[in-house]
Amino acid sequence: MRGGGIFYAGAVAILIAGYAAAASGINDYYFYAAYIVLQYVVIATAWNILGGYAGYVNFGSAGFYAVGAYTAAILYQLVKPPLVVMILGGGIAAGVIGLAAGYLTLRVKGVYFAIATLALAVVLETIVANWDYVGGTRGTYVLRPHHAFGFVNYPRALFFAMLVLAIGSVVLARVIERSKLGRGLAAIRDDEQAAESSGVPTLRLKLFAATLSGALMGVAGAPFPYYVSHLEPGSAFSLAIAVNAIAMPMIGGATSWVGPVIGALLLGGAQQIATVTISSILNLLIVGLLLIGFVIFAPDGLVGLFRKLRR
Amino acid sequence: MSEPLLRIENLTKRFGGFIALDGVSLHVAEGERLGVIGPNGAGKSTLTNCITGLLRPEGGSVHFAGSDVTALPAHARARLGLARSFQLPRPFHSMTLAENLAIPRDYAARHDPPDPRELLTRLGLGAKADALPRSLTQIELRKLELARALAAQPRLLICDEAMAGLSHSEVDDMLGVLLVLNDSGIAILMIEHIMRAVMRFSQRIVVLDAGRKIAEGAPADILRDKEVERAYLGA
Repeated sequence: MRGGGIFYAGAVAILIAGYAAAASGINDYYFYAAYIVLQYVVIATAWNILGGYAGYVNFGSAGFYAVGAYTAAILYQLVKPPLVVMILGGGIAAGVIGLAAGYLTLRVKGVYFAIATLALAVVLETIVANWDYVGGTRGTYVLRPHHAFGFVNYPRALFFAMLVLAIGSVVLARVIERSKLGRGLAAIRDDEQAAESSGVPTLRLKLFAATLSGALMGVAGAPFPYYVSHLEPGSAFSLAIAVNAIAMPMIGGATSWVGPVIGALLLGGAQQIATVTISSILNLLIVGLLLIGFVIFAPDGLVGLFRKLRR
Repeated sequence: MSEPLLRIENLTKRFGGFIALDGVSLHVAEGERLGVIGPNGAGKSTLTNCITGLLRPEGGSVHFAGSDVTALPAHARARLGLARSFQLPRPFHSMTLAENLAIPRDYAARHDPPDPRELLTRLGLGAKADALPRSLTQIELRKLELARALAAQPRLLICDEAMAGLSHSEVDDMLGVLLVLNDSGIAILMIEHIMRAVMRFSQRIVVLDAGRKIAEGAPADILRDKEVERAYLGA
């Protein structure tokens, strides 16, 4: 398993490099920007487990992300637990929502499933916007802890935490992709009835994928309250998250773990640059145009394009 | 008489007001070759889907290998040894041929699972084990359907019009393959339009028309049956 060795060595090297960067004197701004890009690595990877591997398009990613963020904010108000507990709590809450939503909607295919997930996000946003305990539409304040795990300031600690989450979710996605489970999901994507007739317990596998996908999105959202300090429904249920969650794996290539990573780094990076140099509103326009271009000219994403050129 | 491998009783399936299957009963013995024929719309594909579990009947029961599987989902029936091929080939198009066979091998085969490459070679697809299904010809796709069904180590194989659209010599080719499989102990339920093929292949034939069983017997008797003639040619 030479490829596996290189993969894990690379993961560790990136982790060490990230830690060294966070401990160095680099401008704080870069960590704010890198946090967002890494967060999208987690979200895109999470989306891809259900959307890319099993072929079920989720339009409600922002809902799962927000469940993670708001669970963390609620835990903060209740007991102010350590960040790790907030991340775990956010992951579990979003995973449970993923399981429940999956149970209700995974029997319908294609566009109906997509609409159901979109509706779920709208329902969740409406609940949160009308819930006084978390501040309703005004939002709620979350103050960062003073200690920063040995880093100079808390944003750097958050950056490093998100780096760990990003690497963790990519490792998880890769393990799944190469397992019997991943092959079963691919069979569902290709032809669900043929998969079922070949002995694949399709509903169980889809529920697992929906739960894990939702949980990882919740994990990505959990540190967000600390990142923004003021959490409100508009930013937690942002359209940008729902759109990017789909666009990044599609542009990178949805059938393997590399696709969402490439998509998130390229698109997320480009958005961060565009925010500074052009305007933050134009971001989604760029994403939209890129997505249209890829769907038409390279439906298998950059990974597919690369494979085609190599042949 | 001992319990047959497959026994369905009074199977009824409705789609809204349309009755696709109306109290159909039949059985397949261990290692037997049963043919099911009937004009278009007779309920043959619905029967297949009710036996394999992709459709739930409104009434009746399906017993397989000694247990009542009426309430079992399709994947659980596949694990018991009930495999099928689809009328229109439905390969896993993103996977190579060998990977296609690995799905039932991993998910349905019980013990000592067959080697995908060896199976492909047995069906004459050995050279294409690493190719994608889209590079296959029509008969190769049909054989891939069979190979994938076999990778599940079935005790009963349901061939849903596996020969439709094939040429004369290709039909003979497929029949040869199926007879070899049957020789190895796999019971085969052949659902087919091509009379020549069914008549030659089957030990016993069941005729469906408009969702009901109108005849059952040896191929020669079926050919002489008045009701069968009427169903096919019109009265």
